[in-house]
Amino acid sequence: MLTHVIERILQALVVMLVMSALVFVGVYAIGNPIDVLIGPDVSQDIRLETIARYGLDRPLWEQYFTFLSRVLHGDFGRSFVFGMPVLELILSRLPATLELTVAAVVGAALIGIPAGIYAGYRPDSALAKAIMALSILGFSVPTFWIGLVLIMTFAVELQILPAGGRGDTAALFGIEWSFLTANGLSHMLLPAANLAFFKLALMTRLARAGTREVMLSDTVKFARAAGLSEWTVLRRHVLRLISIPLVTVFGLEFASTLAFAVVTETIFSWPGIGKLIIDSIQSLDRPVMVAYLMLVAFVFIMINFVVDLTYFALDPRLRKGRA
Amino acid sequence: MMRKDSPAARFWAEFRESRIAVAALAVVVALVGVALLAPLIAPQDPHDLAKLALMDARRPPGYVGSGGYTHWLGTDAQGRDLFSAILYGLRISLQMGLVAGAIAFAVGVTLGISAAYLGGRREAFIMRVIDLQLAFPAILLALVISALLGQGKAQLIAALAAAQYAYFARTAHSAASAERGKDYVEAALSTPLPARQVVWRHILPNCLPPLIVVATVQVANAIALEATLSFLGVGLPVTEPSLGSLIANGFQYMLSGRYWISIYPGLALILLIVAINLVGDQVRDQVNPRLKR
Repeated sequence: MLTHVIERILQALVVMLVMSALVFVGVYAIGNPIDVLIGPDVSQDIRLETIARYGLDRPLWEQYFTFLSRVLHGDFGRSFVFGMPVLELILSRLPATLELTVAAVVGAALIGIPAGIYAGYRPDSALAKAIMALSILGFSVPTFWIGLVLIMTFAVELQILPAGGRGDTAALFGIEWSFLTANGLSHMLLPAANLAFFKLALMTRLARAGTREVMLSDTVKFARAAGLSEWTVLRRHVLRLISIPLVTVFGLEFASTLAFAVVTETIFSWPGIGKLIIDSIQSLDRPVMVAYLMLVAFVFIMINFVVDLTYFALDPRLRKGRA
Repeated sequence: MMRKDSPAARFWAEFRESRIAVAALAVVVALVGVALLAPLIAPQDPHDLAKLALMDARRPPGYVGSGGYTHWLGTDAQGRDLFSAILYGLRISLQMGLVAGAIAFAVGVTLGISAAYLGGRREAFIMRVIDLQLAFPAILLALVISALLGQGKAQLIAALAAAQYAYFARTAHSAASAERGKDYVEAALSTPLPARQVVWRHILPNCLPPLIVVATVQVANAIALEATLSFLGVGLPVTEPSLGSLIANGFQYMLSGRYWISIYPGLALILLIVAINLVGDQVRDQVNPRLKR
C-alpha cells in the first residue's frame, strides 16, 4: 500500500513536469507575446529592450527553466493586464469558483445517483424513461444554452432570481463566501443549477448503465435467492458495485467543472477563475493562462490520486492484491 | 440491395424497433437536408451584407420587412432574417462538426491502433501523452488553442480536432489491444502479409463498432463545442455566423425581452445535438455485448 502511494506520487510529479513543459511551450511559443506587451508603433530600440527585459530573447529551453525555477518558488510572474502577481490574482478568485463547483457536483450526485439506480432497476417503467429522456437532454444541450434559458425564465420572465453577480458575501476563515448569506445563496442558485445540469445527466446515465449490468449478474441472483429484500440488494450490493465508476466520475467532474465554470461564470458574471481565464485569453495575458492551466492540471492530478486511494476503500480485491 | 441476413440488415431491424431512435434519425436527416438546401429554401442570403437593412433589425417574429416577405422567426441585430440565418448557421455548424470529427477520427484511430500494434515503450509513450491530454477538459483545450490561433474556420476546426482526437485514440487503442491478442490476428501475421495490411484490413474493421458510437457522440460534441466557443467570442467571425454565434449575438438583447434572436437558433442547435445523441444512444445499446444475455 505504501509503495503504491509513493509510486503514485512520483508518477504525479513526472506528469506535472511534462505538463508544465507542454503548457509553457503551448502558450509561449505560439504567437509572439511581445505584440501584446507593446504597441506596433514603438521604436525598434524599445522593442528590443522590452524583449530583453522579459527574457524573450533567450532560447526557449532557457526561458522554460527560468520559469520552472520561479514556479518552484511560488512565483508565476505578474499578470500583463492586472499588474499583480498571478498567484495572488488566482487565489483571490478561487473561492467563488470553489463554492459554485462543490454546490454543483454534490447536488448532481445527490439527485443523479438515486435517479439513475431507479432507471436501471426498472428500465421499462414510464418514470425511468422520463428520467432517461431528461438526462439525454442534459447531456446534449450545451451548458451556455441552459444558462440562457435559466436567466430568461427566472430572471427576465418570473423575476424571482438575480441574473448575475455574486450577491452579498460573508467572511469565513478570512475568505468571502456567498453561500453564507441568503442574498448570496439566491445569486448562487442559478449558476450552480446551470453547472450541475451536465453532471446530473452524467451521474444518472452512469448509475443506470451500472445498475442494468449489475442487476443481470450472479451477485444479485444469489442475493435475491438468499431472501434479501430488494431494498437491501440495491443498497448493499448494487450501490457498492456501481460505486467505483461513480467515484471516478465524481472526482474527475470536479476538474472538468473548473472548465465548464468558464462558460457558466461568463454567462452569470460570476467573478471566479473561469471568468478570469476567459478575460485573460481574450487579452492574451499569458502568465495568467499558464498559471491557470497548471492549476487545473495540478487539481486534476490530485483528484486522480485521491480517487485511486478511494478504490482501496471500496474494493476489497484491490487491498488484498496489493498488500 | 441488402440481403435479409446481412449484418447491416439485422442491425437496421433492431434499430427500427426503437421508435425514438428512428424519429431522431429522421430529424437528423431532415436537418442535414435543409442545411444542404439552405440556398434554395432561405428567403434571404444572410452572408450578403448588401441585402441587410438596419431598419429591419431586431423585429419580432411575423414582421413583414423591407424585402416584402414575412420574417417568421423575426430578425437579429443586423437585420438578418433569422430563419435564413438559422438555415445557413446549421450548414456551418454541421460542416464544422463533421470536418473536425473526421480529422479527429483519422488522427485518433491511427494513433490508437498503431500504439496497440507496436506495443512496448512506444505504446506506453503514445498512450501516456493521450491520457495526459484527456486530463484537460476538451472545452478548455479548444478554448486556448482557438484563442492562440485566432478566428477563422480552419483555426476553429484545428482547435476542435485537437481537443477531440484523444477520445478516438483511447477507444481505438482499447479495442485494438483486445483484438491484438486474438488468434485470427496471429494467424494473419504468420502469413507473408505485410504487417500494415494486417493492421488496417483485419484489426481496424473489428474495432469499428465502438468507434462508430464514439464518432456519433463526438460529432454532436464538436457541434456543441463549436457553438460554445463561438458563444464565448473565440469561434467564428460575425460575418459568417454559426448557430453558436447567432445565439451569442442575441444574448445581449435577451435581458430586454427580445428573446427570439437567441432562442430560435438555440432550439435548432439543441434539436440537432439531441437527435444525433439519441441515434448514438441506440447504436451504443446495440453494439454493447454486455446487455445481450
